[in-house]
Amino acid sequence: MNLTDFDLAGARRALGRREFSAREFALAHLAAIDALNPRLNAFITVTADQALAEADAADAALAKGEGGPLAGIPLAIKDIFCTADVRTTAGSRILEPFIPPYESTVTANLRRDGAVFLGKTNLDEFAMGSSTTSSAFGSTENPWKRRQNPEIRLVPGGSSGGSAAAVAARLALGATGTDTGGSIRQPASFCGIAGVKPTYGRCSRFGVVAFASSLDHPGPFGRSVEDCAILLGSMAGHDPRDSTSVDVPVPDYPAACGRSLRGLCIGVPREYRVQGMPGEIEEMWHAGEAWLREAGATILDVSLPHTKYGLATYYIVAPAEASSNLARYDGVRYGLRLPGESLIDLYERTRGEGFGAEVKRRILIGTYVLSAGYYDAYYLKAQKVRALILKDFTDAFEKVDALLAPTAPSAAFAEGDKTEDPVTMYLNDVFTVPADLAGVPAISVPAGLDADGLPLGLQVIGPPFGEAKIFTVAAALERAAGFTALPAIRAGKLAA
Amino acid sequence: MPLDSNTVRRIARLARLRLDEPEVERLRAELRGILAWVEMLDELDVSGVQPMTGAVAMPLKMRPDIVTDGGDAETVLGNAPERIGDFYAVPKVIE
Repeated sequence: MNLTDFDLAGARRALGRREFSAREFALAHLAAIDALNPRLNAFITVTADQALAEADAADAALAKGEGGPLAGIPLAIKDIFCTADVRTTAGSRILEPFIPPYESTVTANLRRDGAVFLGKTNLDEFAMGSSTTSSAFGSTENPWKRRQNPEIRLVPGGSSGGSAAAVAARLALGATGTDTGGSIRQPASFCGIAGVKPTYGRCSRFGVVAFASSLDHPGPFGRSVEDCAILLGSMAGHDPRDSTSVDVPVPDYPAACGRSLRGLCIGVPREYRVQGMPGEIEEMWHAGEAWLREAGATILDVSLPHTKYGLATYYIVAPAEASSNLARYDGVRYGLRLPGESLIDLYERTRGEGFGAEVKRRILIGTYVLSAGYYDAYYLKAQKVRALILKDFTDAFEKVDALLAPTAPSAAFAEGDKTEDPVTMYLNDVFTVPADLAGVPAISVPAGLDADGLPLGLQVIGPPFGEAKIFTVAAALERAAGFTALPAIRAGKLAA
Repeated sequence: MPLDSNTVRRIARLARLRLDEPEVERLRAELRGILAWVEMLDELDVSGVQPMTGAVAMPLKMRPDIVTDGGDAETVLGNAPERIGDFYAVPKVIE
């Protein structure tokens, strides 16, 4: 067996038994990155020397029987998590020279448990996008190929597309991402892996470059539900340095993956049946219902009546918060600076050059909806509709334990598609945005292939702090789906 | 209200973004499209609804008001464009 073929749970056992060293394990993944990253562009920065030093430390700990739960596990980190002394760009020119002097809490927790960081992964600039094509460091290629047209370059989804592509192509065993409107679940679906957006407040945002603070959710990617459960268990926990971090105990997530579904009631939200959804996604969704029923759950038709307003609400709230958060990039204290004839000129030139088209678009929308005369009509109204969307979920979770829906309305699309107008791209987040607005946990798990041979994901959404429940349901879906397909481009196999 | 080019320039000024003329024209069309789309929220009656301002309905935690970090000027100055002693040296930002 190739060292890059292990899943996280299996690698942990093998490393514990010293079947191979953490150094050998890291070297195998670094070699895969060397071979495939020039093509996939999943990593912006590869930290090989640091990874080997961390692997050696993990080997020393494992030899003494003291390795943490992630000792020697090679991970990829979305380049939006600050990593001490390693450049953190958020995919933007404006942060190109930024080397944070501190570590995000989530990455510090992973290091505490012995993880090895291979590098920083590509993303849409400031996590604003659904395709990983707006990065200042070039786009990331999805390692999956259409059966009939393998030459077409597909997007990995976004914004955490580099992380998803790295895990799918077996360049890393797991990865971190952030989900603001679907940026973990949609790329997980497009790349045929699992990805979790936990409850808001479950993972600290300290040291995560802010996009929309009330919507930003750090979470993990893995090649299985159990791998995600192991990673989330390490990433989660209360952090006094994030005032929205919630102080509730972190349950044993991996244990939840093996629980029975007997007695659970799963809701199927009828409003997620949108016009124009491909028939194969609809079929996969029905298959998911049948699998859960066979596993002992009951299925209930439920209504989330404000679903159709989710995207419009999101595209007011998120840009408003972004325009405020990104005001800090002024060229004065750190990051890119362009010289100006006056202070205003310095600000405007730095930000005009430093931000890409999508970021500028969102800053302008945000500034507009917050400006005098428009605040009530747009921003305040959107905050009220957000309350209605949360109420939809609260009402539904009085009747059901979790909800089942598709993750995205399509499989991975080609690079260059959906760029004719911004709204077309935004519509790809129709099924993921509501859970971000409500702050409830959700997971995407690969459940099937479309006619082109591309992966499709099913999504399980749970009540606040119901991560254990969604792991139980998603693990049952995973067992029933028996998804074993692999991307054309992966470690040890460079296809056409 | 349809968004005109002057409005785009005014917002860009507020947001401290330098746009060239082709960008102003492109953004005018794109922002119009986005704003027309989000206006679907006007279908909803939200009278009496409390606006949702955050995702967790939890009281903020109290903590002792004590110093827990700091005293590391060298690290903090790592990203300073220029320094004078233990201080950031930046363009004058207050008139």
